[in-house]
Amino acid sequence: MKELFPAKQVMGFVFSLILTAVALAVYFLDMSFAIGLTVLVVTAFIQALLQLVVFMHAGETKDKWSIYGNVYFMIFIALITIFGTLFLFNWDM
Amino acid sequence: MEFFERFAIPHPSPAIYASMVVIGLTVIAIIAGLTYFKKWGYLWREWLTTVDHKRIGLMYLISALLMLFRGGVDAIMMRAQLATPDSKLLDAQHYNEIFTTHGVVMIIFMAMPFIFAFMNYIVPLQIGARDVAFPRLNAISFWLFFMGAMLFNISFVIGGSPDAGWTSYFPLAGNEFSESVGTNYYMIAIQISGLGSLMTGINMITTIMKMRAPGMTMMKMPMFTWSTLVANLIIVTVFPVLTVALAMGTMDRLFATNFFTSSNGGMDMLWANLFWVWGHPEVYILILPAFGIYSEIISTFSSKNLYGYKSMVASMVIISVLSCLVWAHHFFTMGQGAASNSFFSITTMAIAVPTGVKIFNWLFTMWKGKIRFTVPMLYSIGFIPLFTIGGVTGVMLAMSAADYQYHNTMFLVAHFHNTIIPGVVFAMLAGLTYYWPKMFGFMLNERIGKWTFWLLSIGFVLAFFPMYITGLDGQARRMYTYSEATGFGALNMISFVGAGIMAIAFALIVYNVYYSIRYSPRNIGSDPWDARTLEWATNTPVPEYNFAITPQVNSIQPFWDSKKKGHVLFPAKLDKIHMPNNSGMPFILCSIFFVWGFSFVFAIWPLVILSTIGIFACLVLRSFEKDHGRYISIEEIKETEEKTGGAKL
Repeated sequence: MKELFPAKQVMGFVFSLILTAVALAVYFLDMSFAIGLTVLVVTAFIQALLQLVVFMHAGETKDKWSIYGNVYFMIFIALITIFGTLFLFNWDM
Repeated sequence: MEFFERFAIPHPSPAIYASMVVIGLTVIAIIAGLTYFKKWGYLWREWLTTVDHKRIGLMYLISALLMLFRGGVDAIMMRAQLATPDSKLLDAQHYNEIFTTHGVVMIIFMAMPFIFAFMNYIVPLQIGARDVAFPRLNAISFWLFFMGAMLFNISFVIGGSPDAGWTSYFPLAGNEFSESVGTNYYMIAIQISGLGSLMTGINMITTIMKMRAPGMTMMKMPMFTWSTLVANLIIVTVFPVLTVALAMGTMDRLFATNFFTSSNGGMDMLWANLFWVWGHPEVYILILPAFGIYSEIISTFSSKNLYGYKSMVASMVIISVLSCLVWAHHFFTMGQGAASNSFFSITTMAIAVPTGVKIFNWLFTMWKGKIRFTVPMLYSIGFIPLFTIGGVTGVMLAMSAADYQYHNTMFLVAHFHNTIIPGVVFAMLAGLTYYWPKMFGFMLNERIGKWTFWLLSIGFVLAFFPMYITGLDGQARRMYTYSEATGFGALNMISFVGAGIMAIAFALIVYNVYYSIRYSPRNIGSDPWDARTLEWATNTPVPEYNFAITPQVNSIQPFWDSKKKGHVLFPAKLDKIHMPNNSGMPFILCSIFFVWGFSFVFAIWPLVILSTIGIFACLVLRSFEKDHGRYISIEEIKETEEKTGGAKL
């Protein structure tokens, strides 16, 4: 019975609900803009990773490296784009 | 009447009325022709509903050629207007519309479908697959592109063309300065075809990752397949940025948001930033597959395998990363500081290194090879010096301090045409000539082809090299006229003559197709060029299942090895083949997308809602549809192989 019970998925589901609740709290609790946005960004990224690993089963097959390789490449490019834009318009203008 | 007034053109001219008549007559002629020859059923069964990668590739090819001529007419009109000082041929508004549509059509509706045509047709054959990974998605990609292109092309007869440049910078592209629906067309049409490109990206990556023939490891893939993989990785990386930027721009124009406005907290520079985060990698999306085609051609016609395979792959991967690190060199003069400009200068210059590696690899491939000067090879040889000049002027432009001099001048126009025409257009024409016998079963005439090459090269040099000089002398781009005192007249006249010679060369291509259809011999077999890679191991015409038996791969040139070294390409036995079914869904879905786009452009909200429901209805229907494809029996395969001259069983 224990083998059949999808413990990982149930835990993941609960955890994603908690993350949603935390993100929602930003709206109801009175906090500064910076703190609120930080909470939103952090929970959003954890949420996305959770979905990818637990519910989209990344890393459970042989082509693990190509899935994660693509993800790392995309994260790398996204960070370059964001920090490049900040560099141009905020830190150097 | 008020409802219909918005469809009128804000800035009519006799040329536009003439085009309306021509478009009307063409549509009537096509409908009448299809009805008279009873081809409606054929069209629907064989083309509109097809999911075959080869047919989709051919449709991309035809669309690209049509758009090449549309964009070419724009170009000729621009050069004619600038040929003499103070010319009155076109007015400022008309000129603005023409350079805008020329840029968009050539990049997004000509170059992109041209490379997709080769990716679709060649890649599954090169890796020994039966089709792409998601055949129906592939059809949706094509029809999205096609509907986007058609939507963009009707703009100049219904409602007016966009006129803010192909870069469509805000605030110029905002409602305040671009009142007509033209820029809506830009936003929506590119959005629709961009979705198609993104799907193609995912499709091609999956195909190459998952469907290679046994034995073909990553480092045994043909160079064109490698370049396709890298280009599609860039597509998946950067097209979402364009999607978001276009969505924000659309909302600014239609829903009064303030993303790119210059007031209310908007930031107009953010558009230029997002546009070039997509736009710079985009030019590498175009040039990398072109490099792949050159690699195939140079290797074949030098009768040698490609020099420095590993360094070729490495340099493409490095280019793909660097291409995402350089976008700010498009707006060095926007006001950011020296530190960021220096950073983007250096990354830009760094791209010259892997590109140089590739140039030397091609030269070394030819070194001591037995070179055959066929038409595809002529284009490839012409490409190397001409593209290098474009690259060198690119490094000049990359110097941010010097860029203050070059920025927005004809020097820049000369530079990017100097990379795109010998880089991409030559590659497409070389690929067209090279793969023509595989696609249609006969060769294009070599003699006319050589004439075309020389006319095109000479015309290109005459048309664009004078711009380097006028640019340095201060002629600005996108100016519809100039005074006689500037002294630009003579050089611009030379440019016009060059453009005319290029137009003759393109007309010769059409004549060559006609001539070759009539006179070219049909008994050329399936390997007329004595080539090296798997796509030439199929029969001609290629059966719908590509390979009766999945090939076994041993090296980067398995077909050559099977011809010269006794490598057994098809070791297995015949088995029934699983193929996808045709479907009308992609065409219908994308037709609804066309209506959706059109009603969005003119803000006809009831129609927008209806067509959105239609799109989702299609998606739901597809989700519940059960389609397991079909099997081709062994008898049927034998029959087809017999008919297509398959002696390989």
